[in-house]
Amino acid sequence: MPLNTLNIALADDDEDDRTLFKEAMDEIKIKTKLSLFNNGKELMDYLILPNVILPEIVFLDLNMPIKNGMQCLDEIRNHPKLQDLLVAIYSTSSSESDIEETFVNGANIYINKPNSFGALKQVIEKVLQLNWQYHTSALNRDNFLLRI
Amino acid sequence: MRIYLKFDFKHICRTVLKEQLDSLGLKYTIYGVGEIEFNKIPTQKEEQEMTSLLGHYGIEIMDDQQMELVQRIKDAVTEWIHDEENPKLYNFSTYLSEKLDYSYTYLSSVFSEATYSSIENFVILRKIEFVKSFILQNNLTLTEIAFKLNYSSVSHLSAQFKKTTGLTPSAFQKIILKRKERALSQK
Repeated sequence: MPLNTLNIALADDDEDDRTLFKEAMDEIKIKTKLSLFNNGKELMDYLILPNVILPEIVFLDLNMPIKNGMQCLDEIRNHPKLQDLLVAIYSTSSSESDIEETFVNGANIYINKPNSFGALKQVIEKVLQLNWQYHTSALNRDNFLLRI
Repeated sequence: MRIYLKFDFKHICRTVLKEQLDSLGLKYTIYGVGEIEFNKIPTQKEEQEMTSLLGHYGIEIMDDQQMELVQRIKDAVTEWIHDEENPKLYNFSTYLSEKLDYSYTYLSSVFSEATYSSIENFVILRKIEFVKSFILQNNLTLTEIAFKLNYSSVSHLSAQFKKTTGLTPSAFQKIILKRKERALSQK
């Protein structure tokens, strides 16, 4: 049986990054439906809409205007409807303290933005595969930490 | 003369399904385009007839057995890793194909098709999950965990942990402990 379509959300203020991400998603085997947001506020406004279909994974850029990734992460983890969402931080920062901080704040995945399209595709594919295994194999999501 | 046609595919599919299922005298409900529920479980003969009738129109009954097999593979993997008594003298592929009575090649292709991932990857993932729970619950040393899970050495365990999660076992432990502290302080 093929996988059902995975719902994915990405909040990133950089248009080029959003486009690349979308193109990479389109090229991988796993079927996905991607919703794009220009900043954290747009994303959060969307997630708390009543009756919205929640994405399986939210990708968050750290540095965004209006509401940054860290603020979104905080709100997600403190919102009863959203706290179980899988959150992937998607950032250019590779500072160890940043990374630890995001994990402690509840991120599941930390991705250093890859610098080639091929690498980006690989990263996304790995994340989605792993997510699928957590989804279908009764693995403990609290212990789902991944850094790539 | 040439004419041009427009198709309503959903309607066509439903009509074909209805005609064929009615011809078998089955009671059913069609959900959406790809799901049918039967009021009574069809007999094996009816199921065979249905497969061939629908097959004629290029409609294939999707195989639940495959998903079931994938689940059995996963269960066997978990059991194999959990079983400390098992000396793990023989390799995993032999164990799996003996237990499920299929060739490893077959199992492996079914698994990859259904999950986009390999059995080997799943074994590693499962093992690492097990390592995580040991790190968090039992306060075992890595050496003890490595021995329990049959790693050849601590460094092999650490390397596989790092490769799978991107974190060292100690970084993982630190993050989870800090999370717990924070959760406690917020209460």
